[in-house]
Amino acid sequence: MSKYESVVGMECHAELLTESKMFCGCANDFGGASNTRTCPVCLGLPGSLPVPNRTAVELVVKASLALNCEISRDCLFARKNYFYPDLPKGYQISQYENPIGQNGWLDITIDDGSTKRIHIRRVHLEEDTGKLVHAGGNESEIDYNRSGVPLMEIVTEFPPDITSPAEAKAYIEKLRAILVYLGVSDGKMEEGHLRAEPNVSVRLEGADVYGTKTELKNLNSFRAVERGIAYELDRQADMLDHGIVVRQETMGWNDASGKTYHMRFKEEEQEYRYFPEPDLIPLHFDDADIERWRSELPELPDAKRERFIAEYDLRPYDAEVLTGSRAVADYFEAASKSGADAKAVANYVTGDLMRLVNASGGDITDVKIAPDQLGALLKLRDSGKITNTIAKSVLEEMFATGKDAQQIIDARGISVVSDEGALTTEIDKVLSANTDVVAKIKAGNDKSIGFLVGQVMKATKGQARPDLVNKLLKERIGS
Amino acid sequence: MGADRLQLYELSAREAHEKLVAGDVSARELTDAVLGRIDSVEERVKAFVTVLPEGARRKADAVDARIAAGEKLRPGEGVPLALKDNLCTDGVETTCSSKILKGFIPPYNATVVEKLSAAGTPFVGKVNLDEFAMGSSTENSAFFVTHNPWDLSRVPGGSSGGSTASVAAGEAFWALGSDTGGSIRQPASFCGVVGLKPTYGRVSRYGLVAFASSLDQIGPITKTVYDNALLLSLISGHDALDSTSVKTEVPDYTKACVANVKGLRLGVPAEYFAKGVSDEVAASVRKAAEKLQELGAIVEECSLPVTEYALATYYIIAPAEASSNLARYDGVRFGHRTERASTPLELFKRTREEGFGPEVKQRIMIGTYALSAGYYDAFYLKAQKVRTLIKQDFDNAFSRFDALITPTAPTPAFKIGEKTDDPLEMKLSDILTIPINMAGLPAISLPCGFSSEGLPIGLQLIGPAFSEETLLRVAYTYEQASEWHGRRAAL
Repeated sequence: MSKYESVVGMECHAELLTESKMFCGCANDFGGASNTRTCPVCLGLPGSLPVPNRTAVELVVKASLALNCEISRDCLFARKNYFYPDLPKGYQISQYENPIGQNGWLDITIDDGSTKRIHIRRVHLEEDTGKLVHAGGNESEIDYNRSGVPLMEIVTEFPPDITSPAEAKAYIEKLRAILVYLGVSDGKMEEGHLRAEPNVSVRLEGADVYGTKTELKNLNSFRAVERGIAYELDRQADMLDHGIVVRQETMGWNDASGKTYHMRFKEEEQEYRYFPEPDLIPLHFDDADIERWRSELPELPDAKRERFIAEYDLRPYDAEVLTGSRAVADYFEAASKSGADAKAVANYVTGDLMRLVNASGGDITDVKIAPDQLGALLKLRDSGKITNTIAKSVLEEMFATGKDAQQIIDARGISVVSDEGALTTEIDKVLSANTDVVAKIKAGNDKSIGFLVGQVMKATKGQARPDLVNKLLKERIGS
Repeated sequence: MGADRLQLYELSAREAHEKLVAGDVSARELTDAVLGRIDSVEERVKAFVTVLPEGARRKADAVDARIAAGEKLRPGEGVPLALKDNLCTDGVETTCSSKILKGFIPPYNATVVEKLSAAGTPFVGKVNLDEFAMGSSTENSAFFVTHNPWDLSRVPGGSSGGSTASVAAGEAFWALGSDTGGSIRQPASFCGVVGLKPTYGRVSRYGLVAFASSLDQIGPITKTVYDNALLLSLISGHDALDSTSVKTEVPDYTKACVANVKGLRLGVPAEYFAKGVSDEVAASVRKAAEKLQELGAIVEECSLPVTEYALATYYIIAPAEASSNLARYDGVRFGHRTERASTPLELFKRTREEGFGPEVKQRIMIGTYALSAGYYDAFYLKAQKVRTLIKQDFDNAFSRFDALITPTAPTPAFKIGEKTDDPLEMKLSDILTIPINMAGLPAISLPCGFSSEGLPIGLQLIGPAFSEETLLRVAYTYEQASEWHGRRAAL
């Protein structure tokens, strides 16, 4: 595939975290029975009129500011006209000219650790449609609970900056982090609350013109974004290699099979007959509005990462991982503030804790261990009261029960064996059972001492201080 | 002619209300009077799509109960009214005189309906219109043509022909209409009643089935200027449900009904007396202008040069908006649904093919074309620019004048069928009213004479935005100095 270069544009939709829908007072919520959150406005009944949700507008302005966009001072809503059974009015209220945000960017960190800027063409606000539910046989039902839910659309600039599946994944990860930091979206891709629809094409290295693009749908995770794009790039390159013309089409991603599949061809440009929505007056923002909203922006991922590096002396990689999620970053910071060593907290949060969280299928907000409980555990460890091995096992129990570390240690009767006399007995047992290893060490193979340390730790059920065991072993062997 | 000798149904809304307050009649008697009138003349007038005797009587009885309880009556309370059938009524079929909405029963009231209901107005029925308010004669109604009470062989005008005919025939004391390009004023002029198109944003459009959103306004149709002022007061005001409604305070418009035009500057724009305007109409309006001058107004000739582009511009913008507004009639959720569809696309196409009449289809096609890529700039965008010029044209005029006086329509009511084969001729009957909608201005039509054939002639007063009080004052002054409004159609 090396003779081709990849070109990826990203179109993302995020459902906004508002109380009510975009143009009516119905609740913006999930689940529940069909058509229970509807009214004349979101059903598009004759005579009904839209009234814009100010909170939704504010959220999109804030997202646009966080994405470094220019804010249109006079924003227009526009009608996008097309017929579809789930579209109650025969048009979607969206934006066309003068979207809320334009000409922005976000930075991603790429494989070599450097930063790449991804330019954003526009950020706009629109309403969601209803949902067709196939009822079996010839019947379809329509659920309008989603109809009129506020959606934000974020489109990357053309020509696109993204040239690999990994960059696309980094982009959506960063975008999600920013939106979640802002409280604009819950960012749940698996539930479709944040949707990424990349359009993908390949062209011969150095070619002037772009190849025909295909659009990808049903990418329900970061990983699916990366895998889906990679698959589609390979598929297109393979077609070109075999002299097959790529057609403009919409492809679905099947996560189980790891393949894309044809949904429909899109060769005819849809005619949407956009025009300014006459039922709504233009939204005007003055400098004071914009500056007030800017001042209300929380610390965003990039700034937080830099601060973590500077303030807690973290490795850039750890800082990046911790700040990828606002909840994780907040957790880390709270645990550090409880007095534990920040680097130790970072190691635990990005390592053992995240492993437990991922294995449980939840996220950091579900964790029963309060940040200061984690801090207390690490303080016990760092003061030498328990070993790291014990700390890890205590963490597991804390994760399961939410109990304090001290409580668990007391209940288990754990204490660190730092009595040299008691240890010497165990060490001698280990040495006499492993004479061959001792011989190797004496012959100069220092690494084998680790094996002996492990045997002693095992015999003491992890309660010995490893540094002390190491020291005593060396003394006994006389190496 | 004293009010005593008139039949109850012949009274103005104010007179009827005064009798109610005085205890001379009950609200039930007022409602029965118009329902009785409907029984005797409706077969000939055909103004009503739906008559609502039970609902109207129930409301009237509630008003009588309030009187019996010693409560003070509110302005206009208990005086029966007719609603144009493009205003949504909770639980009552709302058809827009279209087959596609036949059977549609809204689950909510239009804001104006809600306001009047709260003010104690009995609704005597829903009245006929050109399908989706597209037309100038009610001949585009999918159900039947309404007849002009002054001459049953003639049209009542349109699109609010059912509203104006019902008032002129005594089938309602007053009515609501809607005006997108003249649909209140032109039929008011044809039927010899008073019709006002308020400033865009003055009255909430919530629940008015949209034709062209940037032009539509609901307005009062009445027998007198005072009634018009009262009904306007009852329906005006900002509505949180309509973003385009304006937060301007609502005055008591009846206070503007003062017979005094001293020092008011009235312009007579030459373009509104140009070819196509009948001599009789022009003469009547000029005579009215002279009358106002006698009464103390300063009357001068003036010019609105952009006027001639208004009609062409309107026939881009109104159909463009309509093509989008009418997209929701797809057979999925309400109204007519074809029985001959096996795919969604067929469902849309056949439902719309069966449900819409020819005028509506034509406008949807024109509007769709005007908004299409490649044509948008040449048609829709250019029309919007001309619209700005039309506004400037009026702004210039209103730097010199408090109001303008023009004919409402080029001719009196024409014969049923006379213009149905000539769509351009039909559309020219709105040429004097359309510019006002394009500029979002208020205008009122009131009787200013009768033709040699005994047909009413209307004059139009146009003012700057939110100058309804000035218009009502001029109209009232003229009305008090003339006798046209006292005449009733002989049916």
